[in-house]
Amino acid sequence: MAEVVLENVMKRFGGTLALGNVSLRVPDGSFVVLLGPSGAGKTTTLRMVSGLDVPDSGEVFIGGRAMKGLSPAERNVAMVFQQYSLYPHLTVRQNLEFPLKSPLLKTPQAAIDRKVKEVAEVLQIAHKLENKATALSGGEMQRVSIGRALVRNPDIFLMDEPLSSLDAKLRADLRIELKRIQAKSGATLIYVTHDQIEAMTMATHVGVLNEGRLVQFGSPRAAYEEPVSVYAATRLGQPRINVLPADLFAGAPAGAKSIGLRPEHIVQGDGEEALVKRVEHLGDQTRLHLTLKRHDLITVTDAHTPLKGGETIRIRPSQPLYFDAAGMRLA
Amino acid sequence: MSSYSVTEPSLRQKWFAGSLVVLYALITILPLAWIIATSFKSPSDAIAYPPKTFFTPTVEGYVNVFTTRTRLSEEQLQALGEPTTWYDTLVRKDGLVISGPSRFAERFTNSVIIGFGSTVLCIVLGTAAAYAFSRFRVPLKDDLLFFILSTRMMPPIAVAIPIFLMFRSLGLSDTHAGMILLYTAVNLSLSVWLLKGFIDEIPVEYEEAALIDGYTRFQAFYKVVLPQAATGIASTAIFCLIFAWNEYAFAVLLTSGNAQTAPPFIPTIIGVSGQDWPAVAAGATLFLVPVMVFTILLRKHLLRGLTFGAVRK
Repeated sequence: MAEVVLENVMKRFGGTLALGNVSLRVPDGSFVVLLGPSGAGKTTTLRMVSGLDVPDSGEVFIGGRAMKGLSPAERNVAMVFQQYSLYPHLTVRQNLEFPLKSPLLKTPQAAIDRKVKEVAEVLQIAHKLENKATALSGGEMQRVSIGRALVRNPDIFLMDEPLSSLDAKLRADLRIELKRIQAKSGATLIYVTHDQIEAMTMATHVGVLNEGRLVQFGSPRAAYEEPVSVYAATRLGQPRINVLPADLFAGAPAGAKSIGLRPEHIVQGDGEEALVKRVEHLGDQTRLHLTLKRHDLITVTDAHTPLKGGETIRIRPSQPLYFDAAGMRLA
Repeated sequence: MSSYSVTEPSLRQKWFAGSLVVLYALITILPLAWIIATSFKSPSDAIAYPPKTFFTPTVEGYVNVFTTRTRLSEEQLQALGEPTTWYDTLVRKDGLVISGPSRFAERFTNSVIIGFGSTVLCIVLGTAAAYAFSRFRVPLKDDLLFFILSTRMMPPIAVAIPIFLMFRSLGLSDTHAGMILLYTAVNLSLSVWLLKGFIDEIPVEYEEAALIDGYTRFQAFYKVVLPQAATGIASTAIFCLIFAWNEYAFAVLLTSGNAQTAPPFIPTIIGVSGQDWPAVAAGATLFLVPVMVFTILLRKHLLRGLTFGAVRK
């Protein structure tokens, strides 16, 4: 239950820049998803907030308090690592109790038992409590790992791809569960993922990182509909946004180098002639792989389309996004 | 079938492998078995030629290793009256009486104090140093590690004379503290290197998780790293103990009346008439016991293997 502020945070590891002048204000009680490819600085951002790493320059504030010189224990944050990092010499129960038994909390045993039981039920690991941590499947380990963060009442939750190793069903369940827990506790949550559905469904804010810089920060819808650059536009969207030369269609504004078209923002029936290369029936929708003047693009269409490969259709853009030569969005 | 095959070995392969192991075990255990057998022989059986495999066992050797005895004349023996204890009876038949305890128990205790003392010190210092080398950015780390190892590149006894002189001026000659320090100094390089290897294997994520869970670095080390390093610590402790326990050259040179350990003492056990081989063998057999017990106690840790699986690599 605290606001997190990063002010001009800079971090180098050896010669490589991990974070360059990142300033970010995470409002109290928000669910922030950080997006970006490997090496963009997502995990480093989490480590700055947790105190596992300290900035070379710049400052981190939690709840208005400067964190400089405070150890991770003193920051009241919980973190779920990308690696499960359960304590292998302990049982599941001991793993869950571990944060509660810390010298900082010194929780009475009755409260520990109640809390562990509660979390174990939410995460469906109650029947595994007495197992050794190493005797679990990957998904179970990850759930215990999340559980270890949930047993406490931290100001901030930090999660580094916590659902990435789970199967689709469990991931869907936990997505809802995490969102519910976060909404109920009112805690601030900073979450790293590659998964678009997680980002779109859980986040109140999305931060897009590129090579150690924060390039966009806003609501998931804004990040999807109003990306600031080609890079930000390609972070969200499945299939990815089509980026084509701007002069392929009429009506490009001056200075536009490329046009970005979400697959659903292509209207069929009039406009330029395109060849249907391949038709993919996914059940709820159908994807069309098209070639337009030797450029490939993907669009979605009716699930029961009669179109077949080799036919031609006419397409035109709707809600196009234009980008300049540097890849920045033109207003 | 490739050498990487994981198929069940055939019965013949199992028999062959099994016999190799048994053969090796027999070869290794033979000298040991002979020493133990000798400890139960009478002095004449012990030096009989051809050697006796079957003999009437006696605990004379064990009585002799703990006692000193004097030969008395017939009249003197009669004047003493009937022997009062079973061990008196045992030596009386050779015309001897027990005149007092030997120094074996004392030497044995010295070995225990010095051996275990230096092992504990070695593990405490070694774990601390290994943890620091493994986790922190230490300036000139590689050079320091090489320097530490280089202390083992010459036989320790090569520096015996300087150590002897140093100990004399520091008042450490023939003291328990001196021997504990010396054995720790010799063993520490081995212990730092072995333990660093083991601690390197423990992913740093565990400590980071503990730091976030509200523990200090020391608590994280104590609660998370140490239990996982138990295997490594146990095997390192066994190595250190075996070295300190069996060390002979320094013990001969630097100890005498006060802090002498068992190894230099055992060969000097001399009976009333010449070398008392059963007593020497009995001393050697008893001397084996602590190391064996220690190893058996820690065997669980040695066999359990390193932790694996809880961190996705």
